[in-house]
Amino acid sequence: MIRLDQVTKIYGTMTAVDSVSMEVDPGEVCVLLGPSGCGKTTTMKMINRLVPMTSGRIYVGGKDTSTLDDVTLRRSIGYVIQQIGLFPNKTVEDNICVVPDLMGRERKASRRRASELLEMVNLDPVIFLKRYPKELSGGQQQRVGVARALAADPPVLLMDEPFGAIDPINREEIQNEFMKLQAELKKTVIFVSHDIDEAVKMASRIAIFRDGRIVQYDTPDNILAHPIDSFVADFVGTDRTLKRLQLITVAEAMAADPPRVVAGDELSTAVRLMEEHGHISIVMVGPRGRARGVVKLDAAKGRQGSVGEHYEKLPCMINLRDDLRKAVSQMFTHDQTWLACVDDDGFYKGYVTQRGITHLLGATYRDR
Amino acid sequence: METLEFIVSNWPQIIDRGIEHLSLITVAISIAIVTGVPIGVLITQNRAAADRVLYAAAVIMTIPSIALFGLLIPILSIIGQGIGYLPAVVALVLYSQLPIIRNTYTAIMNIDPALREAARGMGMTPFQRLREVELPIALPVIINGVRNATVLNIAVATIATYIGAGGLGTFISRGISQTDIRQLLTGALAVSVLAILADLSLLWLQRRLTSPGLRGR
Repeated sequence: MIRLDQVTKIYGTMTAVDSVSMEVDPGEVCVLLGPSGCGKTTTMKMINRLVPMTSGRIYVGGKDTSTLDDVTLRRSIGYVIQQIGLFPNKTVEDNICVVPDLMGRERKASRRRASELLEMVNLDPVIFLKRYPKELSGGQQQRVGVARALAADPPVLLMDEPFGAIDPINREEIQNEFMKLQAELKKTVIFVSHDIDEAVKMASRIAIFRDGRIVQYDTPDNILAHPIDSFVADFVGTDRTLKRLQLITVAEAMAADPPRVVAGDELSTAVRLMEEHGHISIVMVGPRGRARGVVKLDAAKGRQGSVGEHYEKLPCMINLRDDLRKAVSQMFTHDQTWLACVDDDGFYKGYVTQRGITHLLGATYRDR
Repeated sequence: METLEFIVSNWPQIIDRGIEHLSLITVAISIAIVTGVPIGVLITQNRAAADRVLYAAAVIMTIPSIALFGLLIPILSIIGQGIGYLPAVVALVLYSQLPIIRNTYTAIMNIDPALREAARGMGMTPFQRLREVELPIALPVIINGVRNATVLNIAVATIATYIGAGGLGTFISRGISQTDIRQLLTGALAVSVLAILADLSLLWLQRRLTSPGLRGR
C-alpha cells in the first residue's frame, strides 16, 4: 500500500533521512520508532509531502506520489498530529467535515458521517457535534482529531505521535479505542512514536530508526525477542521479554481440554485424574461447564465424600482474550502458579501455568 | 447653557456636518481595510518585507496631520484636487494603514503553527487556509485595528476642515477664529460623541463576527 524507495532528505549538509526503503501492506499499522532527531517524523512527512524529499520515490496505493499534486495527495491521506490542531473557530462537526467540505461532498451526507465517526471514537454526537474545541478535554480533542482524519475515508492514515500529549490514563484508553477502530476500518497506518510500549501495543510492524536510517524493520515480537544490535536492544529496554507478554493472548499460551470434575464426582475420581495428569489441583465445573471451584490434591487425598463437599473457591480466573501480562500479574497477585482460563461466558476452557509461559517465551530463543 | 442653546438652534446643521464627517471616515476606513488587510496578510510571507512595510506605516503615523494635508496639496494639485474631499480621504487612508496592517500581521503570525500544519496536512490550499482558518481566527484582532484607526480618523478628520473637506471640524475652526466658545464646544462634543458611537458599533460588530469558539478563553 505504501512503498518507500531510497527516500533521502538532506538539509544543507545534514542528512536527516538516508535512503530509507520500506513497504507497508494494506491494513497494517507500521510504527516508526526511535529517539528524537532520528528522522522518523521527517520520513512520515515526506509521504504527504509536508516535507519535500531530496531524492527517492514514494508510492501510495501503487501510485508514484510525485505524479500527484500536493492537494490531491494530502486529501487522500488522513493526518493526525500530536498538537491535535483542531480549528478553534469551527464546531466539532465542522472540524470533522473540513476535508469532505473542501472536496465539495454533499453536506448532509458528510454531517451524518461526522455523527457516526464521533460515536466510533466514543463521543456522544448529541453532546459534542455543536461544541467548540476549547470546551473539550485534550483526550476528547484528539478523538475528534482522529475522526477528522477519517472523515473523507482515506485508505491511508499518518499519525505523528498522536497520543503523546495525552495523560497516561486517557492515553491507554484512546489507544485501545483506536485499535478497535482500526480492527474495523483496516486502514494502512504509519504511526510515529518514541514510546516502545505504545509501539508494541499498536504495531503490526515496527521500524526502528537511528540517524536517518532504518536499523530494524520487523514484527513487535521479533524486535523484542531478537533485537538486531545493541542499539535496538537498549532502545527496547532490558525488560523486553516482559514486554512480549502483552503480545501473546491467554488463549495462545493455554493448555486446552484440561481434566475436570463435577460436584457429584467422588473425591477418589478427582485424585485419580490429578495423579494421571501429574497435577496438584483440578477444577470443578458446573453442570454446563462453567468453572466453579477447585479441589487440591493434598486436601483430597485419603478423604471420603464428593467433590461438591470438599471444593474450594477459585482465587482468580483469567479471560481467554486477555494478554499474558495480565495473566502473570494475576498469578503474582494471588500467589498462584497457574490460572483457570474462561471464555466470556465463564466456561472453563483450559489453564495457563508459569512454567508454560516461561516455556513459550523461551521457545523463540531455543529455535535459533 | 449658551452652548446648549447653540446646539438646539443649529441642530440641523450639526447633523449635516456630522454626516459629512462620518461619510468621510466611512469611505477612508473602507479603502484602508481593502488595502491594509491584504498588505498585512501578504507581509506574513516575508520577514524583511514586513519590517519595511511596518516601518513605513509607522513613519506616516508620525507626520503631523496638518503637515500631511500640506504635503498633499501640491501632489494632488496635479489632478486638480489639491484641496477638499480627496486629499482628506487620502490622508485618512494613510493614517489608518499602521493599525490595520500591524494588527492583521500580528494576528496571523500569532496563529498556532499546529493549526497551519494541520490545515496543510489536510490538503488546504493557501487561499483556503486563509479563508477557513487564518482570517476567522485573526478577525477579532483585525477589527480591533479598525477600531483604533476609526477613532484616530475621527479626530484627524476634524483638521481636514482647514483644507475645505467640511465635517464637524467646521465648528471648531470657526469657534477658534471667531473666539466663539459655543461653536468650539459644540464641535468638540460632537466629535467625541461620534467617536464613542463609532467605537461601540464596531465593538458590537466584532462580537457578532467572532466565532463563539474563539470568545473568552
